[in-house]
Amino acid sequence: MIEIDQVSRHYDGIAVVDSVSMSVDTGTITAIVGTSGSGKTTLLRMINRLVDPTAGEIRINGEATSSVPKTVLRRRIGYAIQSHGLFPHYTVAQNIGTVPALLGWSKSHIRERVDELLQLFSMEPAHFRDRYPAELSGGQQQRVGVARALASRPDLLLMDEPFGALDPIIRARAQEDLRRIQRKLGSTILLVTHDMEEAIQLGDQVAVMHEGRLLQHGSPARIIRQPATEFVADMVGGVERPLRLLSLYPVSDLVEPGMADGEALEANTSLRDALSICLWTGRDSVPVAREGVLLGRVTVDAIKARARGQ
Amino acid sequence: MRVAAVLRSTLAIVLLVLVMKPHWFAWAFAPFAPEGGPVIYERATLWSLAVSHLALVVLASAAATLVAVTMAILVTRPAGRAFLPLSRTITNMGQTFPPVAVLALAVPALGFGAGPTLVALFLYGLLPIFENAITGLTTLPSATMEAARGIGMSRWQRLLRVELPLAFPIILTGIRLSVVIALGTATIGSTVAASTLGEVIIAGLLTNNTAFVLQGGLLVGLFAVLIYDSLLQLEQYLGRQTGRPAAG
Repeated sequence: MIEIDQVSRHYDGIAVVDSVSMSVDTGTITAIVGTSGSGKTTLLRMINRLVDPTAGEIRINGEATSSVPKTVLRRRIGYAIQSHGLFPHYTVAQNIGTVPALLGWSKSHIRERVDELLQLFSMEPAHFRDRYPAELSGGQQQRVGVARALASRPDLLLMDEPFGALDPIIRARAQEDLRRIQRKLGSTILLVTHDMEEAIQLGDQVAVMHEGRLLQHGSPARIIRQPATEFVADMVGGVERPLRLLSLYPVSDLVEPGMADGEALEANTSLRDALSICLWTGRDSVPVAREGVLLGRVTVDAIKARARGQ
Repeated sequence: MRVAAVLRSTLAIVLLVLVMKPHWFAWAFAPFAPEGGPVIYERATLWSLAVSHLALVVLASAAATLVAVTMAILVTRPAGRAFLPLSRTITNMGQTFPPVAVLALAVPALGFGAGPTLVALFLYGLLPIFENAITGLTTLPSATMEAARGIGMSRWQRLLRVELPLAFPIILTGIRLSVVIALGTATIGSTVAASTLGEVIIAGLLTNNTAFVLQGGLLVGLFAVLIYDSLLQLEQYLGRQTGRPAAG
């Protein structure tokens, strides 16, 4: 559990982060969203003390970050950034093994961990281990960057616009990968993004920041349904809000007994995609299946009702 | 690539033979020698002069590298930043001061021989290394530095594991320039009795023996070309490794 307690950061008397308090549960993803200059990156960088808070305290599992030496603290916290920041003179394996090496793990232990992580990120260890970052594609560099951040099994992973430099298709895959890996490892992740879509897709919790203040902190559904301020409502997309809301739920939520025509949808398809398919094919309902077994159907009416927030 | 390799090894062989067995080339130098005069310099063997010439250059360049890089490291730390202009002025003065003047001034203090030459070469070599080290250490990729800090490297670890390795190809460019300048400049050390290949050139000038001048000049030139070339190769190799190609 990460507790951010009344944390502020001033530069020349101006508050870039203005007494922000929130807590993050272990094993969840929290996405901090805001426009540039909202203080979201500064807030993130205060957690591993790349920036020192002017006031307030941050506690990780009850221990104040200010009570731990900076380098020790940072080695316990994974850190992944937008342009990955890989060491160009290190191989992939050396990059991923940086923190374990700093922590004094044995060579064989590091090697084992590197291979495990490469496999987790669907990169064949024998093929990638000894390459240099310059020889990798943007998506691969980004994955190595995240793998490096996870290498020492940190209590917490901080990510600053981790997917910002990727093109949309690769970004979607990277987001899915992150979700899958986070579920598998049960990591606690704090992620900064300017993209509300990304925050809603990835975050178990979404925190909206503006001009140094935390405007709202809650589940994506809550942020979309009950935006705390005009600004939050704007951020969650105004007229697109119902569609954003539908993107949060799988069709399996609304399955009802009955038959429908056409090809069945997988149970984990989002309601937004299901609605889109209905509109595109001119149907009022679609069948839903899980691994080939028919579960029932989902009707457009049920989807509409959910979109109205019922 | 192949042509370059052939050219490189030919030059190296010519240089080696010229140093070890200069008499094999007597036929080539004979037309330039005065009638009845000596063709090949014999007051000292060419190889012993070459060795002490190179030793002077290596010693002075090593000292210049050590001092210039240490200074560059200090003035690029947050605490030392204020000293950057001052250290620039000092190294610039080292470069502006003509080596001949340094020799003249150093002889009263250090006597004749290798000492004054070392001082002159050292001062003259500081600037290129210092400036390149500053460039190398201040143009590091910012995302890499941010990551190095963020994953918990100490200042010392960042310097040794990230900053210096990444700056090294650029520092090496400075060392290369400095070494080549020193190779040429060392010849004037023989005016104050340092034993260098300049001795051959000076003897040639004093006795009107063009063959001596050619021998000395050719040797220094060949050393300069070959050393320049091999350092350049090393830089390009390291540049590829660090993803920061060195400027040719």
